[in-house]
Amino acid sequence: MAVRGAPGPGWGLLLALALALAWLPRARGVEEEAGAHGSIEGFQVVTFKWHHVQDPYIIALWILVASLAKIVFHLSHKVTSVVPESALLIVLGLVLGGIVWAADHIASFTLTPTVFFFYLLPPIVLDAGYFMPNRLFFGNLGTILLYAVIGTVWNAATTGLSLYGVFLSGLMGDLKIGLLDFLLFGSLIAAVDPVAVLAVFEEVHVNEVLFIIVFGESLLNDAVTVVLYNVFESFVTLGSDKVTSVDCVKGLVSFFVVSLGGTLVGIVFAFLLSLVTRFTKHVRIIEPGFVFVISYLSYLTSEMLSLSAILAITFCGICCQKYVKANISEQSATTVRYTMKMLASGAETIIFMFLGISAVDPLIWTWNTAFVLLTLVFISVYRAIGVVLQTWVLNRYRMVQLEIIDQVVMSYGGLRGAVAYALVVLLDENKVKEKNLFVSTTIIVVFFTVIFQGLTIKPLVQWLKVKRSEHREPKLNEKLHGRAFDHILSAIEDISGQIGHNYLRDKWSNFDRKFLSKVLMRRSAQKSRDRILNVFHELNLKDAISYVAEGERRGSLAFIRSPSTDNMVNVDFSTPRPSTVEASVSYLLRENVSAVCLDMQSLEQRRRSIRDTEDMVTHHTLQQYLYKPRQEYKHLYSRHELSPNEDEKQDKEIFHRTMRKRLESFKSTKLGICQNKKAAKLYKRERAQKRRNSSIPNGKLPMETPLHNLPIKERDLELSDPEDTHPYEAEDMSGGIEFLANVTKDSTTDSTAGIDNPVFSPDEDPGILARVPPWLSPEETVVPSQRARVQIPCSPDNFRRLTPIRLSTKSADSFLLADGDPEEAPRPGLPESTHM
Amino acid sequence: MGSCSSHAASIPDLDSIRRETGFSQASLVRLYHRFQALDKNQKGYLCRTDLQQIGALAVNPLGDRIIESFFPNGSYSVDFPGFVRVLAHFRPVDEYTGVRDPKEPEPLNSRMNKLRFAFQLYDQDRDGKISWHEMLQVLRLMVGVQVTDEQLENITDRTVQEADEDGDGAVSFLEFVKSLEKMNIEQKMSIRILK
Repeated sequence: MAVRGAPGPGWGLLLALALALAWLPRARGVEEEAGAHGSIEGFQVVTFKWHHVQDPYIIALWILVASLAKIVFHLSHKVTSVVPESALLIVLGLVLGGIVWAADHIASFTLTPTVFFFYLLPPIVLDAGYFMPNRLFFGNLGTILLYAVIGTVWNAATTGLSLYGVFLSGLMGDLKIGLLDFLLFGSLIAAVDPVAVLAVFEEVHVNEVLFIIVFGESLLNDAVTVVLYNVFESFVTLGSDKVTSVDCVKGLVSFFVVSLGGTLVGIVFAFLLSLVTRFTKHVRIIEPGFVFVISYLSYLTSEMLSLSAILAITFCGICCQKYVKANISEQSATTVRYTMKMLASGAETIIFMFLGISAVDPLIWTWNTAFVLLTLVFISVYRAIGVVLQTWVLNRYRMVQLEIIDQVVMSYGGLRGAVAYALVVLLDENKVKEKNLFVSTTIIVVFFTVIFQGLTIKPLVQWLKVKRSEHREPKLNEKLHGRAFDHILSAIEDISGQIGHNYLRDKWSNFDRKFLSKVLMRRSAQKSRDRILNVFHELNLKDAISYVAEGERRGSLAFIRSPSTDNMVNVDFSTPRPSTVEASVSYLLRENVSAVCLDMQSLEQRRRSIRDTEDMVTHHTLQQYLYKPRQEYKHLYSRHELSPNEDEKQDKEIFHRTMRKRLESFKSTKLGICQNKKAAKLYKRERAQKRRNSSIPNGKLPMETPLHNLPIKERDLELSDPEDTHPYEAEDMSGGIEFLANVTKDSTTDSTAGIDNPVFSPDEDPGILARVPPWLSPEETVVPSQRARVQIPCSPDNFRRLTPIRLSTKSADSFLLADGDPEEAPRPGLPESTHM
Repeated sequence: MGSCSSHAASIPDLDSIRRETGFSQASLVRLYHRFQALDKNQKGYLCRTDLQQIGALAVNPLGDRIIESFFPNGSYSVDFPGFVRVLAHFRPVDEYTGVRDPKEPEPLNSRMNKLRFAFQLYDQDRDGKISWHEMLQVLRLMVGVQVTDEQLENITDRTVQEADEDGDGAVSFLEFVKSLEKMNIEQKMSIRILK
């Protein structure tokens, strides 16, 4: 098998992909031509060196043909909306293969396993992993694993055994195959193919849960397929009489080794990749390259160790995405996104086209009607039975039930594809006597599933009214409430003492925040992770763009510079934005949630419409009118790099403003002292809460472990008296003042100091640190809450006096930070669950 | 199950609780154990402090509000039925949703009740509306300290404006429901194990 032509020093996968097409003997005419040129002697001004460029040239031509074909397909929207592209490509491949064969009478070009597994498959799987909607994936991991492992084994076993049974009945005529050959065939035909599933399902747009289950299954069943295939292949080699039970046990063990090993390799490389991208600040140009090369290495490494390569590269993509996306620059991220989509889409196109071309080869065709038809029947029927049985079991544990319709789509979406084809071509003809029968049956199965099922699944989905996925931007309300619901859920879980997804997710995100992110993310990336703030930021971008667009329509940008619009806050958000700007930067900035989408057209369209509005002026306006994110400032502050005066001023300003506003609103809306107090309490509690939250980065949460008993008790003491008696009891003013006094007294005696220190002074920090034994530090999670209670805005007079105290809490804040990690900005207590 | 049912006998009003909340007996037994574990002095009811002891709640931005929701109308204690009633909001929606008797009250875990539970966490003054300030308070709780108040107020503006349909500057329950109509509340506000 000739995979020739040096790839050159470049490490872009594109070349590798181009190399990907291996060539059987070249076309005859070409050879003659080249020979004629070879006989000319003497110096030639112009030489025609076809041989020199032949291989890469043909590869490039094929890629061009495939790409042109894609253009042609999409010229007619009608065709592509009915027929999936993969089916069209296969048909095109058949036609092209026919032409080549007619000209040559040799099947010159076929899809070889080497090329497929080394060059065409990795980009597709990497793309799938890198854009995997992680939260969805891990939320359904149990289901996916069950389908991938049990489902695949079930499919392989039942298909193989049933075929063997029919074979024994004599319906297939005389074949030189035994039970093991059937099982081998069953194992390679059992696996649902990620490429085919992706190609068909992304055009169908079923709901995301259904999609992730089928797609996840197709990715994860690789380990099972690899193991089954290897086991049965070695069994066939051994001969059926020599297989011992020890071998079977070994096969079982190897399943775990292959799958877990592959996953581990992927995770290790993901770690490596994240770590590397952390330090690529000064080599932005090659930044995207790392993503591809290291992921590819994970694939090759696990292939080298005979582990599941697909699992490795999938998990590499899944695990690294969060950190890589945070680390690399926006441009690099876009580059990675586009390159990955381009490679995956290109590889997919080539795979399907060459599946078609490979089929035009009379040498491989051995027809056996019974075998072919029965295989088709069995794989469909057993898939359906398997899905129904497993779903029945799963539905007892799943929160989101999989309904009958879902099951139908899942059974019907069990497409077979190039993986099966490549595996069957890999078979050794000397060991498996009926290889050709297997090959032709596999081709039929692949074509049938991709073309027929691919064609009919869309009408089926429409007919069955499967819940479709909807692509839309979440509204601010949804984001906010969604986040609130997450908090509520995990709180309820804590109260009910149940451990569930949310609990694990919280645990994981804590671990991630405390350790992984610190190691793997750039510092600048660590701080900008507040989701709500991001949404808000994007909305602001949108507004700014619409603002500029408005100016352009009016023919002048002068109004932008006028002082009245100095502040973006003044822009009326409620006015409907011009529709021309609906595709704005934010669309592009945000990752598509279910972005496992090879179709670049949608992205392209967005891009185009933005280009018009995105010009110098926009950037200028954005720069000038978007107020600076507070994060940066806070961040610097925590690193002691900002002068405390400025800091104070700003904080005081904000504090004054807030307090004034609050007081006014309390006065206007609620008259009467009691009410006022209640509201104030509310506010106070909330402040306390905030204080507590800000201490989270310290990592000393009062947990329900014996180790932390002490802090809990302390908090108890603190919380019990005020909170128990207060909020809903009408209490006279004097009591409140007493309470205030108590608290102030408390805080002065507080050993953690810094409280009465009105001015922020970083110099004190080391001293404070030395005084507090580390095991006592959890108490700090409490102290601020107490301190915060001091700031009750009882009356306007009170308020002025309280201001310095508020400031002092801030100094304590910095102290808290110093205790944890001086580099860390105070983080919100938001679980990162939505990132998952 | 044998040991469970013996425990189950010790739970007062088990049947009526089951009917009201829809919990299975096993879940109720489990929750009763949890209730007892939280009840430090075996008082037979829970105080705010009992719930505040849960460490993870202290770091949950909405923790205190959720604790409050266990104590409706400013009461000091919550007994087991009340405790379970609140938790019942988070039971997954029953898979069988046949024709419900219109006379029966809506189950606690219905979409509307889930939403109402969330809504009252926002609506602190119980006037049936999330005012601008109430929204801001929630945002302040949920957003890290590094966000300026100005930003936050702006976000609040947007959030309220987005949901506010009648233009009264506050979000009524209906508007709240409307703004979340696309969201899969049944799924999002359910805990699998609380069957």
